[in-house]
Amino acid sequence: MILELIERLFSRSGKNSGEDARRRLKLVIANDRSGLSPEMMEEMRREIVEVVSRYVEIDPREMEFSLESDQRMTALIANLPVRRVKRTRAKSQPEAQEG
Amino acid sequence: MNRIIVVTSGKGGVGKTTTTANLGAALARLGKKVVLIDADFGLRNLDLLLGLEQRIVYTAIDVLADECTIDKALVKDKRLPNLVLLPAAQNRSKDAINAEQMQSLVGQLKDKFDYIIIDCPAGIEAGFRNAVAPAQEAIIVTTPEMSAVRDADRVIGLLEAEDIGKISLIVNRLRPEMVQLNQMISVEDILDLLAVPLIGILPDDQKIIISTNKGEPLVMEEKLSVPGLAFQNIARRLEGQDIPFLDFMAAHNTLLNRIRRRLLGG
Repeated sequence: MILELIERLFSRSGKNSGEDARRRLKLVIANDRSGLSPEMMEEMRREIVEVVSRYVEIDPREMEFSLESDQRMTALIANLPVRRVKRTRAKSQPEAQEG
Repeated sequence: MNRIIVVTSGKGGVGKTTTTANLGAALARLGKKVVLIDADFGLRNLDLLLGLEQRIVYTAIDVLADECTIDKALVKDKRLPNLVLLPAAQNRSKDAINAEQMQSLVGQLKDKFDYIIIDCPAGIEAGFRNAVAPAQEAIIVTTPEMSAVRDADRVIGLLEAEDIGKISLIVNRLRPEMVQLNQMISVEDILDLLAVPLIGILPDDQKIIISTNKGEPLVMEEKLSVPGLAFQNIARRLEGQDIPFLDFMAAHNTLLNRIRRRLLGG
């Protein structure tokens, strides 16, 4: 009985939910501020991947796109893990490589 | 130099009207001449919080319709000779007024008062635009709830678009014990997210409800309560005084809370 009371007193439910709120708010505020619709985000993501994929091979499962806001400035963060650099594309632009 | 300040928020029910009433009374107690404008047309409430609801004869709409002078519409507070209210009409809809008319009202009051404080309606529609139109400064009220903070951010964006340069923030209904247990967003978190300067923090306190019931702003009390003191401090900060923020956390740093925090690892 006493144990139960103590457990309720120190209930773990909702522990650190303040942190959840902070993390979720950060994301939602960044999205609100950018004014980008999910469709535009998706289109941008597809195009960026397309361009980057011409040069390197990306790991699609580890790829991350997000918007972050700091001091009322919004940044698009794209994390594109590179599996390997594509040789074929580099060969077609020898000048760039030498310079 | 007089100041025209709009008290606003994104979400409704976060304490705009309570803030307006208390700041007005606190500034009047500091010897400033203050007029409070209820811009919530169709849903007035500021009169109730000030305990002036029985004394309204004319409203802002009557002034605009040339049915009375602005001086006649102003309701004087008997307790504080420096404080007056320009009431909103209740029997008309929100659309009874537009931005130009709001500016004309403020223009008629401008030279007679040190502070013109406009209580903005909730939401970001026409009522918001009217209330904001004549303002030079804004005070945003938020609570530490996710929806209130998110909506406050939206409003900050709109105020910046309206070229309101000076924006400050009041965090209302803070529950220190929940912040300490990491179950509530802290004031620091809110400031980090919204990036506007803080002008006041108010604890979640039953005394605020009691003061509303009585129609007597907390700052009018002889011996100030903690929230009353917090409101008075905000008025002093508006006046440019450097007043440290009350430490609500210290009061909750009791032995039980320390043990609880240790057990929870928070």
